[in-house]
Amino acid sequence: MTKNITIAHGNGGEENNELIKNIFYKHFENEILSKSEDAAIIHNGELAFTTDSFTVSPLFFPGGDIGKLAVCGTCNDLAMMGAKPKYLTCSVIIEEGFSSRELEKIVRSMKKELEINGAMVVSGDTKVVPKGSVDKLFINTTGIGEIEHKGISAHNLKEGMSILVSRDVGAHGATIFAAREGIELESSLETDCASLYPQVKALMDAGIDIIALRDATRGGVSAVLNEWAKASDVCIEIKEEKIPVQEQVKGICEMLGFEAVDLANEGTFVLAVSKGDEENALEVLHQTHETATIIGSVSDQHKGKVILNSSWGTKRFLDLPTGELLPRIC
Amino acid sequence: METLELKNLYDDFRDGETIKAYAKIIAEDAAELERPINIMEVCGGHTHTIMKFGLPQLMPENINFIHGPGCPVCIMPKERIDHAYVLAMQPDVILVTLGDMIKVPGSNGSLQDARSKGADVRFVYSPMECLKIAEENPDKTVIFFAIGFETTTPMTAVLLDQVIKQKVPNILFHINHVTVPEVMKELIDSRDIHVDSYNNKIDAFLGPSHVSVISGAKIYEAFPRDYGRPVVVSGFEPVDVMEGISMIVKQFVEKRCELEVQYKRVVTYEGNLNSQKLMNTYFDKVSLFRWRGLGNVPDSGLKLKEAFADYDAEVVYKDVLPIAEIEDHKLCICGDILRGMAKPPECTIFGTACKPTTPIGSCMVSSEGACAAYYKYGNLI
Repeated sequence: MTKNITIAHGNGGEENNELIKNIFYKHFENEILSKSEDAAIIHNGELAFTTDSFTVSPLFFPGGDIGKLAVCGTCNDLAMMGAKPKYLTCSVIIEEGFSSRELEKIVRSMKKELEINGAMVVSGDTKVVPKGSVDKLFINTTGIGEIEHKGISAHNLKEGMSILVSRDVGAHGATIFAAREGIELESSLETDCASLYPQVKALMDAGIDIIALRDATRGGVSAVLNEWAKASDVCIEIKEEKIPVQEQVKGICEMLGFEAVDLANEGTFVLAVSKGDEENALEVLHQTHETATIIGSVSDQHKGKVILNSSWGTKRFLDLPTGELLPRIC
Repeated sequence: METLELKNLYDDFRDGETIKAYAKIIAEDAAELERPINIMEVCGGHTHTIMKFGLPQLMPENINFIHGPGCPVCIMPKERIDHAYVLAMQPDVILVTLGDMIKVPGSNGSLQDARSKGADVRFVYSPMECLKIAEENPDKTVIFFAIGFETTTPMTAVLLDQVIKQKVPNILFHINHVTVPEVMKELIDSRDIHVDSYNNKIDAFLGPSHVSVISGAKIYEAFPRDYGRPVVVSGFEPVDVMEGISMIVKQFVEKRCELEVQYKRVVTYEGNLNSQKLMNTYFDKVSLFRWRGLGNVPDSGLKLKEAFADYDAEVVYKDVLPIAEIEDHKLCICGDILRGMAKPPECTIFGTACKPTTPIGSCMVSSEGACAAYYKYGNLI
């Protein structure tokens, strides 16, 4: 561990893992936490329980705002464990001087998203801190959900299984980069921020046996695939040209030197199913997004690693993103 | 413009069939070679492309890539990073630089560490953003820590031009611009008595296209003429690189030694004369610039002309800036890697003590460095 915490420690990648392992897990370690799933499975496997804090800048961006994110983020973590989101808490830290009109706009946006999930906020907390102590507004949400599909886990992947993504990747990360002060790009790009429970329910209703499920938030698809490969001690092989990426996202990645698979998503998930279920699962996912795709499969070639295969016959490892995402210089 | 339409700029240049077709041509031509050839891609951007797209896997055994010193972040000596760190920690200073520079460790830490200790360090996509930062912070001094090769130098010159014309009172410059041809000469014609650079393995150069967009292809004319090394100025997409390699191999097969341009869609022989004029207005060559891993390279750096000393952070803050040179880690062989004499996996600390999250040598510090590219992409085959 470095002496001071840097922005890189919150990247969802290697440094983030190091921070969690060396400080939090070291002292909090227990059987439930150490599973490192999207949400903790508690109460004899009947409930899923999770928390998340939201610090995005800017607060409003094309296709969403911090309020929508705060509900989607926590509800999606529950949905990713096969749980129906039920009860949320909402804790806000507000910078002195923040506009109450904007606050109400954010809360309205939260309400709308709660309705999509069929969940409600049942407890909350408000703190106002002196100007400069936080960047405008931070929101924490904690959620409890009822498990409807048991046994979903990053540890269950086996050779021959199929890997799918629910839609094109990187839209949220690219939108936030484009919306941030200083990058003046004209683009119709919108965040993918959305509640995923309806899609998960559709998969369950179609009788798909979901093996693993994870929304590709910070660290992007590459972080999810790497975590799965390690957790299940398997190799995940991806066909690079199959990964769906919008043209505008590709454009931003080209200009700034990013890879779409490293960028954050807020409404895109990765799904592992048995080979026999892949076509059915794809059909269900296509009902929401035409860009959903089978991107690869599980093998035993290099255990614990993710391999990208190119269309011209070369291969390379896809690593966890490291460091703060910064644009390349030339 | 409704949407970003960069598709046409790269789609065809990543076409799998075209890449495979070039691999076949290269293999056929290389079969006629009398000896193996080592091609140095000078620029870190090329190294990144070569490793990211797995191009070494497509090469016949007698075509070998060696990696050059063209990463502006990697070659920054620690003492210059220490300058940035010290400047960032000064009261009422906002230190501004380009992306990756924030991660490079100096002897006190990186600019990222300075920021975690309270310094106001920002990265920009364009140096022109400094104007807005300066306007919004009239009580602060904005110091632009300028880095990069011929590609980024004109942007710094334009910023200074605007600072002078708009009479902006609170922007200073710390100049660390370096030039490509001089370091290429150094690699084959070193004046450093400690380095036997006549043992170098470079047979030909792949020249970076973006440098020549500014400076023209002309900057490489000495290499085929005086040093017997062909140069092909090439673009950065995988198809560009494959075509560039094919052109070099053809030169060897046909026993030619020439300067050629693969990236004809943008590069001209003379380059961008307006940019060159602007750079000449504001910058002088420094007689020696110390490169991390390579040592002093004659005429390879730029500084502000004396007439603009009022804008020079090195002059204004000279009392607080450290002057001692800092040597590289003893076990690090980045100097040999940058000279094309060794490959990253030959280093004893590669991937163990030296990793992208804890870089020790220059080639591991930026994503464009040879070691970082090998670490990220190159450990499969």
